[in-house]
Amino acid sequence: MNPPLMTAEGLYGLVFLATLALVVSGALIATNAGRMIHAVSGLAVCMTGVAGLYYFLQSPFVAVMQMLIYVGAVCVVIVFAIMMADPRPELKPTGGSLVGGFLAILLGGLVTWGLAHLGATTGWTGAETVLNNGSMDAIGVSLLTTYSFVFELISVVLLVAIIGALVLARDGRTSIRKNP
Amino acid sequence: MSMLTLHSSIETYLVMAAFLFGVGVYGMVQRRTLIGMLISAELILCAASVNFMAFNRFLAKDPTVGQIFTLFIMGIAAAEAAIALSIIIAVYRNYRSIDTEEVVDLKG
Repeated sequence: MNPPLMTAEGLYGLVFLATLALVVSGALIATNAGRMIHAVSGLAVCMTGVAGLYYFLQSPFVAVMQMLIYVGAVCVVIVFAIMMADPRPELKPTGGSLVGGFLAILLGGLVTWGLAHLGATTGWTGAETVLNNGSMDAIGVSLLTTYSFVFELISVVLLVAIIGALVLARDGRTSIRKNP
Repeated sequence: MSMLTLHSSIETYLVMAAFLFGVGVYGMVQRRTLIGMLISAELILCAASVNFMAFNRFLAKDPTVGQIFTLFIMGIAAAEAAIALSIIIAVYRNYRSIDTEEVVDLKG
């Protein structure tokens, strides 16, 4: 069936197409931009689009978490790293690296085609019965009962990561090696 | 199926995740700076999350499992970004560059 454009269903589908465009354009900018700050902006656009995909998959909670963690935290941290490390813009490829770029496009295209073909041609069958509606209440109950151990474990992982990041970034502050 | 009902079929999301994964692999191979490779790694992780969420919505018996797994992937990705960026800062302090073609002391 094909809903007319100027109804609620039609506009819903139109917004979904715009979300897909956000994901595609953001991913292409993130991997092809010459300056790193442009690439991070592309990553933020792409992650916003993916949050939209999660919303269309009926998980507004995960969509909000995606915005908070990826766009709000990870992208900002990468921007701080760019400020401190000052990466040079990548030059236009010439000669040998042009062949490398072609091979990279070939590899990425093959991986995309293979996975997309597999996903689109398999006959997926859903579960007959569904245990709950996947709402925020159900997520909270599952997190604190079935997955409580993993929930605690990931907080320990984050603590270790923070301490490790502090130790790594602190080292080398006094001794700057001369680059030959 | 028309363009406007794409959001209700699992194939759309799977193809989108495959695209994100392929773009991530392409960026991983082609980028010359460590920060660019980190951005590509984030794209690959995100592709995995989209796959989990699509299967969770359309096929799973318990529709909380995929959402919780996606939350865990986000936590791991945040930890990975923090560690990778502190390593990048440490490399920059030692070499004054984060270009992968200049950080070649261990090259045989």
